[in-house]
Amino acid sequence: MAYSDKVIDHYEHPRNVGALDKEDAAVGTGLVGAPACGDVMKLQIKVSAEGIIEDAKFKTFGCGSAIASSSLVTEWVKGKTLDEAATIKNTDIAHELALPPVKIHCSVLAEDAIKAAIADYKKKSGKDDSAAAE
Amino acid sequence: MTAIGSKTTPTLSRPPGAPVYLDYQATTPCDPRVVEAMLPWFTEKFGNPHSRNHRYGWEAEEAVEKAREQIADIIAADSKEIIFTSGATESNNLALKGVAHFYKEKKDHIITVVTEHKCVLDTCRHLEQEGFSVTYLPVKADGLIDLGELEAAITDRTVIVSVMAVNNEIGVIQPLAEIGALCRRKGAFFHTDCAQAVGKIPLDVNAMNIDLMSISGHKFYGPKGIGALYVRRRPRIRLVPMINGGGQERGMRSGTLPTPLCVGIGEACAIAKAEMAEESERLKGLQHRLLGGLRQRLPEIYVNGDLENRIPGNLNISFAFVEGEGLMMGVKDLAVSSGSACTSASLEPSYVLRALGVDVEMAHTSLRFGLGRFTTSEDIEFAIDHIVEAVEHLRSMSPLWDMHLEGVDLKSIKWAEH
Repeated sequence: MAYSDKVIDHYEHPRNVGALDKEDAAVGTGLVGAPACGDVMKLQIKVSAEGIIEDAKFKTFGCGSAIASSSLVTEWVKGKTLDEAATIKNTDIAHELALPPVKIHCSVLAEDAIKAAIADYKKKSGKDDSAAAE
Repeated sequence: MTAIGSKTTPTLSRPPGAPVYLDYQATTPCDPRVVEAMLPWFTEKFGNPHSRNHRYGWEAEEAVEKAREQIADIIAADSKEIIFTSGATESNNLALKGVAHFYKEKKDHIITVVTEHKCVLDTCRHLEQEGFSVTYLPVKADGLIDLGELEAAITDRTVIVSVMAVNNEIGVIQPLAEIGALCRRKGAFFHTDCAQAVGKIPLDVNAMNIDLMSISGHKFYGPKGIGALYVRRRPRIRLVPMINGGGQERGMRSGTLPTPLCVGIGEACAIAKAEMAEESERLKGLQHRLLGGLRQRLPEIYVNGDLENRIPGNLNISFAFVEGEGLMMGVKDLAVSSGSACTSASLEPSYVLRALGVDVEMAHTSLRFGLGRFTTSEDIEFAIDHIVEAVEHLRSMSPLWDMHLEGVDLKSIKWAEH
């Protein structure tokens, strides 16, 4: 199967690989997927006092499309408010990376990772309005 | 042209920028000596080998009969017992359906193994739908069948036992002679899919009591589109043909024989027979170096399938905490295949690895390396460096590797399976 140029670019030059201190109250961590399914994404966001995502990091176990999807969303969430970040849809990710149908689940996982990271941040900071949590 | 059996096996040059080919279980390039032998049979010697009334036909017939002898020779059979087919898929279909249909009034039970190639398993499923009963034997953790379980499964209704000689994913060699002796004693025919075995390991249809054997040309440096089925004559095995027509191949497989392809597979057999021992030794050295080089530099890697009872041209390794398809993308200068099957619509990892009891997590992290006639030690050194670099890079960005380093038991985590 041939990968799109954008998938290859993110795979070969992943953006924002790394980890943030998960004990930091300003950091939300989302860990989604399962080793048995062949992909696990860990997405972390660091939220400023103003509620802006000022940093994002990821680590992913998965195929090229899973790595590219998580790399892409770290770029997209930076500078966004939590509400704005929560509006990122898997279809946007799949479209941007030109994912084939068999790889759509990678974009779904990336969307889940954002939502999980936001929910974790809200829970830790006591701002859990349960709207974004799932 | 390099002579057969000479110490100087021809080399194949790789186009600039092309990846190093380490997928010899998928297919092999034609040996240049095979191509050379085939060429005249496309052009000036184009006759129909079934034309009985002129020289064009006679010389073509002579060529296919020589090829038939070359095939028979490498498995210690008689050339009259060799039927040309389009490849191992057709041979497996013909062996199983042909035998099952011919003997269906007396016997209706088939035994095969869960790790067989899809073309055997799918044929068996098809026969089940027709009313035959099929036993799918499990394999042990090393990939080999348990002879006691096979013996227990054979009944007086069992018409045929089909066990592959060498597995295409993990390269393990089943105990053919023992299986053959058992089948003979219990009165069941023994069919073996030797697509991955011919030219790789010594085969002897009589010593091993093999009744039917499937052979594929392109797995051992012959052309694609040609294979053979060995069908024992004493005692005689009968088949209902799948393809009807002019009655070629003793009525078991009609259709004009493709002379150049027949010549090609014959030549491939002759070369393999002459060079197998030496080639096998050389590949064993490369296999040993590849595994040793990887183990020396990478922790947490595991060989899938038995290492001793294995062809030297295969290694199947799980690189824990790195997903196989992602890794294949990382080793883009190598042509390999993965058991992760992440590209398949089902997203299920290899059924062969699962049958060995390999965890589904570990099955997702496997790569298959196929080494062959044109693999050089430079290729292997390059592969080791490339794989180590890619695995280290991907582990550095794997959340599972971090958890492993922190001492987290991945099995203790409640994952959200999707």
